[in-house]
Amino acid sequence: MSTILLIEQVLNGLQFGVMLFLMAAGLTLIFGVMGLINLAHGSLYMIGAFAAAAVAGATGSFLLAIIASLAAAAAAGALVELVVIRRLYDRDHLDQVLATFALILIFSEGTRWVFGSFPLFLDIPAALSGPVMLPGGIQYPAYRLLIIAIGLLIAFGLFQLIAKTRIGIQIRAGESDREMIAALGVDISKLYTIVFALGAGLAGLAGALVGAIQSVQVGMGEPVLILAFVVIVIGGIGSIKGALVGALLVGLTDTLGGVLLPGFFATFMEPSAATAVGSSLASMSIYILMAGVLLFRPTGLYGTA
Amino acid sequence: MTRESLINTALFLMLPLTAGAAWMLDEPFIITLATKVAILALAGVGLNIALGLGGLVSLGHAAFFGIGGYAMGILAHHAQNYTPLMEAPFLIEGTNAMPIIWLVAVIAGALAALAIGALSLRTSGVYFIMITLAFGQMLYYFAISWPAYGGEDGLSIYVRNGFPGLNTLDPVQFFAIAFVILAVTLFAAGRLAASAFGLALSAARQNAVRVETVGLSPYRLRLLAFVISGAITALAGALFADLNRFVSPTMFSWQMSGEIMIFVILGGVGRLYGPVAGAALFILLEHVLGGLSDFWHVYLGILLLLVVLFARGGMIGSLAGREVAHD
Repeated sequence: MSTILLIEQVLNGLQFGVMLFLMAAGLTLIFGVMGLINLAHGSLYMIGAFAAAAVAGATGSFLLAIIASLAAAAAAGALVELVVIRRLYDRDHLDQVLATFALILIFSEGTRWVFGSFPLFLDIPAALSGPVMLPGGIQYPAYRLLIIAIGLLIAFGLFQLIAKTRIGIQIRAGESDREMIAALGVDISKLYTIVFALGAGLAGLAGALVGAIQSVQVGMGEPVLILAFVVIVIGGIGSIKGALVGALLVGLTDTLGGVLLPGFFATFMEPSAATAVGSSLASMSIYILMAGVLLFRPTGLYGTA
Repeated sequence: MTRESLINTALFLMLPLTAGAAWMLDEPFIITLATKVAILALAGVGLNIALGLGGLVSLGHAAFFGIGGYAMGILAHHAQNYTPLMEAPFLIEGTNAMPIIWLVAVIAGALAALAIGALSLRTSGVYFIMITLAFGQMLYYFAISWPAYGGEDGLSIYVRNGFPGLNTLDPVQFFAIAFVILAVTLFAAGRLAASAFGLALSAARQNAVRVETVGLSPYRLRLLAFVISGAITALAGALFADLNRFVSPTMFSWQMSGEIMIFVILGGVGRLYGPVAGAALFILLEHVLGGLSDFWHVYLGILLLLVVLFARGGMIGSLAGREVAHD
């Protein structure tokens, strides 16, 4: 395994990781502040991707498409929060799971109804479609590098938002004592809608950015949602820092596992068996990582409860 | 007789009456649907032990359903190709005898539930939901990436496995097998809920600290419930695979976990016959709504949303009153 290939794969893992962070950050905020488990977060990811593909198809502008993905997913999130989700805050987790599972069914089939079953394609703008030369002679796609930059920028912005702004203070206060901040005169239902729309917007943005690399299709959100759950379990529920660390760990483990494990088994097994065992194990690697974290820290790396 | 037990009797008789009527009218498709209801209800009965009695919201029961399915698929695949399953250190042959397949499915499901449960039950609440979902997904990807047994395409079994003295390819006889297993399991699940173990498990759901102070370990109670639950769901998986004569990774998918949970919820959580009512309603909706529109999942979603928001307690809860007996 050459060093250049290895660095490329690390960058791929990083890119996957920051995208997972955009999903996991919303989920973990929503859980931390409202105590809600939201299975429909993957649908918001899908809505962002479809909105971007539709707008890019109509206008040809990638920037407009990205803005549309943020706006559409945040609007859908706010709407869902107002109509359905706010009835669920006082319910137990089982009701939340079922209601948001029902939302997945409605969103997925509704999207199939409107856009059809065939995948849509979202093209990377020409300026970003080529490779960039990195120091050390590594060629890496400019678009993926941009994704890493956007993801890290948003992570930084989110940390600032939570730590420095008024709304961030309210979010942190809401995490530790909901009744108290309502008693202190903060409009708690407005705060909930804002947090939900913020999480939804981040998911939609992730959907649009990834949609340009992969295809935009119904059901694209749920595999990512489950990975985001793994991220949150590893990082600890409610912790943005945990979500970032967990997302990068999962992204790197998944990408490097797929590349390195078959080669590792090939050193002492015959090639075909090594590929089979290696790829099977690689597909399970992040869950094994999760199980390992659970054994030593049942509440995740940065979890408190 | 309370209203709930009247409803339960009606639900219990509904399946054989439907299948019997369909048999007399020579409608094999309806018999197959009734068989499907019985098998899916069995999977729901399994989940209901963890969910209803134990309060364990497992969103990964497709793992056990799929393990049951693959137990059948792998054994029958080797029997149909006349290749041994394992040669060293000792010879294991494939088989197409249902009782052996069931036994293997139940044991494999129980062992998997023991491993997954031992890890997942270290946590609770929302962590538990996410972790069971993740373990289900892990097995899904494992089944896809394991080429020996069909990978993504799954395994076709050309002839339904046999049961001594019966012709399993006859829809009515296969229905009878599935229904008898469902009936026996329902009886056993009822006895289990009323047993000392079941009462302790219910108590651990309602107040774990009290259970601990009387000297019982909630963790061990829950783990045992999870193992029993997984074993029953695996048995349902083996039967389901035999019904379709086909296994594929979709049996492991998270949608399958969601559907099994829907059976339990539509019928009523913690009600013994809830999964029977839920599975029957689900299959009925699939065929009524599925005939109206290709996008029937939208309507299913809206219905499910309404049940969760406004009709808590599911079908049996709405018909028989809210309180679950002896709870």
